[in-house]
Amino acid sequence: MKIRGRAWKFGSHIDTDAIIPARYLNISDPQELAKHCMENEDPVFLKEVKTGDVIVAGSNFGCGSSREHAPIAIKARGVACVIAKSFARIFYRNAFNTGLPILESVEAVDGTEAGHELEVDLVHGTIKNLKTGKIFQAEPIPSFMQAILDDGGLMEHIAKRRS
Amino acid sequence: MEMTITEKILAAHAGLKDLCPGQLINAKVDVALGNDITAPIAIEQFKRVGAKRVFDKERVVLVPDHFTPNKDIQSAEQCKILREFARDQELSQYFEVGQVGIEHALLPEQGLVLPGDLVVGADSHTCTYGALGAFSTGVGSTDLAAVMITGELWFKVPQTMKFIYKGKLRPWVGGKDLILHTIGKIGVDGALYKAMEFSGETIDSLSIEGRFAMANMVIEAGAKNGIFLPDRITEQYVKGRAKREYHFYTSDRGAQYADVREFDVSKIEPQVAFPHLPSNTKSITEVGSVSIDQVVIGSCTNGWLEDLRVAAKILKGRKALSNVRLIIIPATPWIYRQAMKEGLSDIFLEAGAVISPPTCGPCLGGHMGVLAEGERAIATTNRNFVGRMGHPKSEVYLSNPAIAAASAVLGRIGSPEELS
Repeated sequence: MKIRGRAWKFGSHIDTDAIIPARYLNISDPQELAKHCMENEDPVFLKEVKTGDVIVAGSNFGCGSSREHAPIAIKARGVACVIAKSFARIFYRNAFNTGLPILESVEAVDGTEAGHELEVDLVHGTIKNLKTGKIFQAEPIPSFMQAILDDGGLMEHIAKRRS
Repeated sequence: MEMTITEKILAAHAGLKDLCPGQLINAKVDVALGNDITAPIAIEQFKRVGAKRVFDKERVVLVPDHFTPNKDIQSAEQCKILREFARDQELSQYFEVGQVGIEHALLPEQGLVLPGDLVVGADSHTCTYGALGAFSTGVGSTDLAAVMITGELWFKVPQTMKFIYKGKLRPWVGGKDLILHTIGKIGVDGALYKAMEFSGETIDSLSIEGRFAMANMVIEAGAKNGIFLPDRITEQYVKGRAKREYHFYTSDRGAQYADVREFDVSKIEPQVAFPHLPSNTKSITEVGSVSIDQVVIGSCTNGWLEDLRVAAKILKGRKALSNVRLIIIPATPWIYRQAMKEGLSDIFLEAGAVISPPTCGPCLGGHMGVLAEGERAIATTNRNFVGRMGHPKSEVYLSNPAIAAASAVLGRIGSPEELS
C-alpha cells in the first residue's frame, strides 16, 4: 500500500495532551475527536491538513497518557501515516491496535522539511521524499505485529485465534 | 539463568523458565483495569467482536475516577457504559461514586494488586503498582479489551535500568523529589521501553507512599514499568489487605542491566519541574520568583495520607494567600475519612483550602480546578504538558506536597524553610 501526501513537521516529545487534550476525552466518536486533533500544538495543522497527509516528528512521539483517542483522532483527521524518530511505547501499541500506520526512521525525519511531498510504501517500509528524491528505509515492523496487522487489528487477531 | 525481578515476574506469567530482553511473550494477566475514559472504548471493542463474558469477573476492575462525580452529560454517559457493563458481567470490582477513589491509590489500598502480580491497566500511570514489587504497565483500550476477553496479553520483555540511591534524605525531600530529579537527569525518553528498577539504602527505608510516587512517574521517563524489590515495608502494607496469595520476587545478583545509575540523595533538594515537561527540573533554591494562582495537592502521585499529613504540618496555623486557590484532593474515600479523623481537614479548611472528593479532576484539566489563560499552578501531580490543567496558555509546575503547601502560603513557589 502506497501513501502520497504532504509532510507536517513536529518536534520531539509530542504528548497525547497535545494530540488530543483531555477535556475532549468524554467523547469517543472518532470524527468528533478529529475536530480537536493537535489544536493546542498547531492550530494551522488542524485547519489545513488534508486526507493522505503525513505527520513527521522527532523522538518519543505520543508520550504521556494511554488514551487511544490519540491515534484515533490522528487517523480520523485523515493523516495517512506518522513517521517519527521514535514512539512512546503505549502509543506504539495503540497505533497498531487502531490501524494507524506508523514508521520509525531517524534519517527520514531529518531528511524531510515541512511541506515536502512524501511517498510511503507501508509494505516495504520505504519513504521517498519527492522533493529531494531521497529514499529512506524505516525500521522493519516485528513479524509478530505484522501478523496482527495482517489479521486487520488486535481484536480480529484474537477472534481468529479463538475460533 | 540470572534474571531481574521484572524478567522473573514475566517468565512466571508466561509459563517460561527463563527469558531475555527483547523476547516476545504471551503472559497471563492477574488484574486488568479500566477507567471512565478508556473503558468505554474497550467495552465497545469487546462487544464488537461478539465476546460474551470477561475472563474473570473478580479480576476485571473498573474505576470511574477521571470525570467523576460526573462533570457533564457526556461524562455521565461514559460512566453509564461502565456501570451497565459491570452489572451485566457481574464484576465484583466496580467502584461507584462514594466508594470510588483515584484508581492507582484505590487498587493497592483495597488489596487488589499484590507483589509478584502482572497487572495491566488502560491508564498510563498503571505503572504505580511496581512499588509493591509487581510488574505493572499501562496499555490502550484495545489491549484492555483483548485482556478482558482472554486474560492474556503479548509483551516484549524490556531491558532493565537500575537506579541506586544512597545517603540520607534532606528535610522535605521524598519519593517525588527522587523521581523528578531522576527524570531531570535522564529525560522524558531516558528509559523508553525499559524497566526502571529502584534500589539502594535510601530506598530500603523509603515509605510505601514514597515508592508509589516514584513508580507512578516512571512513565514520565518513557519506561514500560518501574519496580521495587519487595521487603518488610511492602509486607507491612500488604498484609491485612491481600485476599489472595502473593509472591516476593527479587533480582539475582548476576542479573543483566542495560545501565546502572547512582545518586547521592544527600545532595538532592526538593525539586520543581517547570513547564512544559516533567524533565525540566530545578532545585527549590534555583526557582527564583514564580507567582502562582492555584495549588493542587492530590492525584495518583501525591494524594496519599502521608502527603496530606505533610501538607497539614506546613499549613497548620497558617493561611493560603488570599489570591491563591488551594485545592486538596484526598485520593480515596478512606484517605478522605482518615484526614478528617486526624484533624487534617480542619487544618486545610482553616487555611482557606477547598477539599475535593476523590477524583483525577484538575490533574488532566478535567474539572474541579481548571486553569484560565495565563494562570499558573503548582501541583503535586505528574504532568505539566501544554494545556494539561486547562487553557493552552496556562502553566503547571510539579512538586512534592511540602513545596506545594508552602507555596500556597507564600503566593509564589517556595520552601517551608521560608515560612516564619
